[in-house]
Amino acid sequence: MNWLTEHKIPLGAAMEEFVDWLTLHASGLFDAISGSLEWLILNLVTLMQWFPPIVPILATAAIAWFWHRSLAMVIFVTCALLLILNLGYWQEMLETFVLVLAATLLCVLIGIPLGIMAAHKPWLYTLLRPILDLMQTIPTFVYLIPTLVLFGLGVVPGLISTIIFAIAAPIRLTYLGISSVPEELMEAGKAFGATPSKLLLKVELPAAMPQIMAGITQCIMLSLSMVVIAALVGADGLGKPVVRALNTVNISQGFEAGLAIVLVAVILDRLCKAPSRRATKRKAG
Amino acid sequence: MKAISIRNLDVVFGDNVSKTLAMLDQGQGRQQILETTGDVVGVHNASIDVEQGEICVLMGLSGSGKSSLLRAVNGLNPISRGSLEVLDGDRMVDLAKCNSQHLRELRLKRISMVFQKFALMPWLSVVDNVAFGLEMQGIGKSERRKRALEKLDMVGLADWSEKLPHELSGGMQQRVGLARAFTMDSDILLMDEPFSALDPLIRTQLQDELIILQRQLNKTILFVSHDLDEALKIGTNIAIMESARIIQHGAPEDIVLNPSNTYVEKFVAHTNPLNVLRGRSLMTTIGAMQGDGNRLLLNALDQSHVHLEAGRPVAAQRGEQALEIRQWHDSHALDDLSENTLMIASPDISMRTAIELRYRTGQPVLLSEDNRLVGMLSDKDFYHALLGKHFTQNEAA
Repeated sequence: MNWLTEHKIPLGAAMEEFVDWLTLHASGLFDAISGSLEWLILNLVTLMQWFPPIVPILATAAIAWFWHRSLAMVIFVTCALLLILNLGYWQEMLETFVLVLAATLLCVLIGIPLGIMAAHKPWLYTLLRPILDLMQTIPTFVYLIPTLVLFGLGVVPGLISTIIFAIAAPIRLTYLGISSVPEELMEAGKAFGATPSKLLLKVELPAAMPQIMAGITQCIMLSLSMVVIAALVGADGLGKPVVRALNTVNISQGFEAGLAIVLVAVILDRLCKAPSRRATKRKAG
Repeated sequence: MKAISIRNLDVVFGDNVSKTLAMLDQGQGRQQILETTGDVVGVHNASIDVEQGEICVLMGLSGSGKSSLLRAVNGLNPISRGSLEVLDGDRMVDLAKCNSQHLRELRLKRISMVFQKFALMPWLSVVDNVAFGLEMQGIGKSERRKRALEKLDMVGLADWSEKLPHELSGGMQQRVGLARAFTMDSDILLMDEPFSALDPLIRTQLQDELIILQRQLNKTILFVSHDLDEALKIGTNIAIMESARIIQHGAPEDIVLNPSNTYVEKFVAHTNPLNVLRGRSLMTTIGAMQGDGNRLLLNALDQSHVHLEAGRPVAAQRGEQALEIRQWHDSHALDDLSENTLMIASPDISMRTAIELRYRTGQPVLLSEDNRLVGMLSDKDFYHALLGKHFTQNEAA
């Protein structure tokens, strides 16, 4: 047994060498990604800040009304956003919102095509499945370290970590949706002369839309749950006051910032849920 | 002119097609092949022609290969061997040799399909479902909605055009499926047990509607059914399939009168043949009727007679009472018939109508062709038909 413990396999060291090699040889690429993403996010936040708070509040209320036709939801989102404004977390809330938006957008842009391809090519899904499992089970802090080394301190490593954590949801649910399209609908599409691309656009995607939407909603929620961890590597947003409160044992600040996160989560969740009555409402259109 | 022409077609599902085909040639059964190669034989050595404007019904139990054969006609199932030609404009195209581009064009313009479980897109409104094929053809939205509405009107669902499929009953959903297929204006319609999932009453109603629509539109229809009554009712011709083979192909009356083996006979025994059978096949021929020369016996019990002049019935008597002789046409009203009238009908009269005549007049029905008596339908003949004795009688003869 001594022999076994004395001859440790240098797994960790190998990983470190790999990351070092990446930093050395591909730092230009990583810096470019980091720079452009950071520029994009900061400018988006600046743009959002340029509006007086009443504009986003009214816009959210309008979405709640026209999408869901629910007065209760309009009152809730308005009150929740006013409360966040009152507590003094408006700027942080905007930063968090932009971070979640950017992470979700990237997850959707990468995840949905990947999910569709996986549903069409079984070998790809066999390959993807262990990777997705790994991405969801590895503790976040572990890949926070290499992303920090590669992308530097700031919002980008937070964003990348968030994507790694959240992208599995849209991939898996898109895969599930596309691969469970009823065979008879596929046959109907083919029998009426659909080309493979029309089959995808006119049969598979519409049939899988509920699952894909569920994947996007899950992706938003998972991204939001990463804000505190993103704050650890320097991303701005509602996570920052939470981390600060933890370090200074500041109960009041921790409670307020935590409440703000919860409110943002509930608003996004409610707004993104596919409205139940929409199916019967489309008569007008 | 032929619309579909199938020659020695084999359809095999699996990965060892060449081995399976070799085993089929050696005469091995489906079960053996499944155990050895893991392949499923859908259709074996099928040859059949479907004329333009014909309704050809593929009939058989589930697993007999009827759906497999149907799906080969629009390329949903692979053709492992043989040829399957469909009419494309004015020439025949062999699906076994055509590429995917050409196959798609055939599906767009020549062949449409109606599905057993409707297969409507649940997210599209009824009118958009009907317009689905037109959308695939690349026709603009307003034009395709207009054409879809016309066909919806034809199946009586114009008021439901903006509803979603799940808001409709099963029968209505299948009408949408029919409209979707008709909208394509293709010459060939494939129907895969379209009415099996419906209630019996709705099924009968849709069968009647299909027969009427077929008369208006004159399509070539290949129809799959497991119900011989349905097949007899709507089919111009019927092909009966058993374990991947076509075992009998012929007109409905032919199937009922001359089942080719006990399998078909069992099917026939459970149907009501009265709509299918014609007087000619069951009548007592003039040669078999009793009498002398121009005076023939109608009924031995009451000694009723008919008198012939140059082969034409001119007078009839029961005892001392004279019987009126009238010619029957299918356009006549049954209610006008009175007792003690002797009806003369064409030998092509359906047995159902003949029984109705017998019931209303109390007399046997005379059958005449070109103004000459050819035979009569007496109670014995009617009982034969009702009891399904016609084919056993044929075997004995």
